Amino acid sequence: MESVRVERGTKASRVFALFAVPVVVALVTMPWWSGDAGNMRLIGEMAYYLALAQLWNLLAGYAGLVSVGQQAFVGLGGYALFYLTGPADMNVYLALLLAGPFAGLMAIPVSFAVFRLRGAYFAVGTWVVSEVFALFASLIAVLGAGSGLSLTPSILRQISPDRDIRDTILYLMSLAISIFVFAIVYLLLRSRHGLALTAIRDSEPASASLGVNTFRTKFIIYIATAACTGLIGGLIFLQKLRISPEAGFSINDWTVVVIFMVVIGGIGTLEGPFIGMLIYIVLRELLADYGTIYLMLMGALAIAIMLKAPFGIWGWVVRRYDVQLFPVGRRLAHAPLEDASKQ
Amino acid sequence: MTLLRTQKLSAFYGDFQALFDVDVTVEKGETVAVIGANSAGKTTFLRALAGAIESAPEMVMFDGQPIGGKTPHEIVRLGIAMVPEGRRLFPSLSVEENLQLGSHSERAGPWNLKRVYELFPRLFDLRHLPSTDLSGGQQQMAAIGRGLMSNPRLLLCDELSLGLAPVIIRDIYQCLGAITAEGTTVVLVEQDIARALDASSRFYCFQEGRLALTAPTKDFNRAAITAAYFGL
Amino acid sequence: MNWVNILIQGALLGGFYALFAIGLSMSFGIMRLVNIAHGDLIVLSAYVALLVTENTGLDPFLSLVIVLPVMFALGYALQRGLLNQTLSGGLLPPLLVTFGISIIIQNGLLQAFGAYDHRLQEGAIETASLRFPGGLFVGVYPLVVFAIAVFSIASLQLLFYRTRLGRAFRAVSDDADTAELMGIDNRKLYALALGIAMVFTAIAGVLFGIRTIFSPSAGPIRLILAFEAVIIGGLGNMWGTLVGGIVLGVAQAVGAAVDPTWQILAGHLAFLAILIVRPNGLFPRTRD
Repeated sequence: MESVRVERGTKASRVFALFAVPVVVALVTMPWWSGDAGNMRLIGEMAYYLALAQLWNLLAGYAGLVSVGQQAFVGLGGYALFYLTGPADMNVYLALLLAGPFAGLMAIPVSFAVFRLRGAYFAVGTWVVSEVFALFASLIAVLGAGSGLSLTPSILRQISPDRDIRDTILYLMSLAISIFVFAIVYLLLRSRHGLALTAIRDSEPASASLGVNTFRTKFIIYIATAACTGLIGGLIFLQKLRISPEAGFSINDWTVVVIFMVVIGGIGTLEGPFIGMLIYIVLRELLADYGTIYLMLMGALAIAIMLKAPFGIWGWVVRRYDVQLFPVGRRLAHAPLEDASKQ
Repeated sequence: MTLLRTQKLSAFYGDFQALFDVDVTVEKGETVAVIGANSAGKTTFLRALAGAIESAPEMVMFDGQPIGGKTPHEIVRLGIAMVPEGRRLFPSLSVEENLQLGSHSERAGPWNLKRVYELFPRLFDLRHLPSTDLSGGQQQMAAIGRGLMSNPRLLLCDELSLGLAPVIIRDIYQCLGAITAEGTTVVLVEQDIARALDASSRFYCFQEGRLALTAPTKDFNRAAITAAYFGL
Repeated sequence: MNWVNILIQGALLGGFYALFAIGLSMSFGIMRLVNIAHGDLIVLSAYVALLVTENTGLDPFLSLVIVLPVMFALGYALQRGLLNQTLSGGLLPPLLVTFGISIIIQNGLLQAFGAYDHRLQEGAIETASLRFPGGLFVGVYPLVVFAIAVFSIASLQLLFYRTRLGRAFRAVSDDADTAELMGIDNRKLYALALGIAMVFTAIAGVLFGIRTIFSPSAGPIRLILAFEAVIIGGLGNMWGTLVGGIVLGVAQAVGAAVDPTWQILAGHLAFLAILIVRPNGLFPRTRD
């Protein structure tokens, strides 16, 4: 009788982990072996875009909630940070810590409205909600109305009076938050909640009939994603030093590119957002002199992928080579048979 | 003259194979019955003929021409019409509009609204009602009428008796006789074996996607059919 | 403020929104496709009209003679070439492909025309108004737009309920599989549907371009307004969309009367409120 084990890892994932560790170490120690502020800003940007992409992927690729309104929570997190450190005169770290939960809290009434919609209607509905927040922000005087708010130098000094140290701290915070978000998403998908999500994604009625509380699962994912997005939003605008309704709730900056990243890289996979993010950064930097042509290119690429390879670049790799770098599934592994003929 | 011939017809739903090497011939003017248990592949077979399921070109020959792989609307234009399982009338259209829709392909022939109302007089009275207001039997008549409006050379009827009372079924099969008298060739899928054999000259029995038995209905042998039906 | 004036202004504004919504409503009703690029196609129409008026000297209304066939052809080609391939893949492909198209149009217009505001000039009609007893002022232009909206919906209803093509559209909307089994070429029909939808989208675009300044990024808000009109009115019902547009317009007019900067927000809030209370809209008809 063969014995059967349930395995979580794959050979490829073990190899990958070996490579990943030095890379992460190199990134974390970058302020010391290369103090270049421009590079750190770029890597920091890549880090938070990756986190946003992982979150949108969780929402759309796993929970089936295709939201075109996540920029609402970026803006909410940003405004929370600016309001708390500004008019409310709170410590900047504390404010940042609260930005996420604030966005998560706001997601609750939002969900009451948008969960009434399905599919593409849900998508546009989330967009409307984001526009509503942007409009409110532009009308409220204490939030700076149309022109927004700026971070005062005293707030920045709370992080550090020294500019280089400040850049380093912000950079490390970007990395930390990005790793934190990715860890949450990864652990979630590995857990039985992740299994529930995959079931919901594959067939909502079927999973509901098996006892999966689809509404509650989706609700929790929506709130959690909103909170994480809010945290990232706080961090982004802490680094940008200014926030305005247009920038904070910009669909182009926070949603369009994120969606393209996930779709091109491979929706519904953990590896996809990495690839998509890299492609975005490469295209943007390469075509920087040609205006927004890189956006048109990404749009065309996303369309081509959706039509020809809907599972994205990584999805194509998985189907071709059956490889997983971040294993979330469970595989049956056989223990080697005892060779009876040798006896 | 052979109107329809399938050659090793196989069909898939994604990765699932629903038909295995089915060879069927239908002569012009015949009525052929297709019987079998649920999920034996009867509806799949009809849908493959109608083009709703893909098959290789040579797997379905209609009047000597390969039609496998053609789109359903092209096949209607060639002269094959379907009366779908469950009627599938269009809820937003009235009875008459449903019938008119049937002639969308504008094939020439003897069937038009007037002839269909002559065949099914009851439908004339109901013609402006939404098709959903009709009883099951009336809907079945409308669905048959809709199929006839495309002046088909081959009419595919899927489960005409489904959900209907015996009296209604009898009426409908009587009308079927009038249709075949016009020279329309008919392939009839039926759960009600007695009806099917009564109306046809030959039958095919499907079992789990394969042909299990075929014979002229006059050579009908209950034991053989039962064995073929249930795969015993 | 004269509340009757506000209501009338809002209702007439609703005509605009209904015009915006027609194309979206058709796309959804017949192809079950929510076209995220819809707003950008409205703006694209305005830019095409701009090109025509600048190069031919035609006035915007007359430019429609060129703009309409161009946009019809574009819609037909878009559906036939691209969107038809997205229809069987579930929710994501149509959404993401139309999203991609939206971004391409927006940035294409940006590259071609720059981020400046433009406007189509039609002359005196833009500001003319009729005066009625009781201090009532009704702008001529909004009245014309409303009339065009009503006329458009009426002609579409005529198309849907009195023609062979309209029967086919309704059949396909009900049951696309069976429609194909009855001899309808679905793919061609969808392309025709988007072509026709684009005709109305182009009309909306030109009319809007006369009334308001537009820029490459003006698309998304148009999509949202059209979407709100359709949802408020209820899916599958063109006249319902007109009512939806009117409700939206009136909500905005009321908001604007309190404070001009509250106009759009008032509309959004009315939309969300109706969504919560009547998720299927005011006059829903479609079976989904």
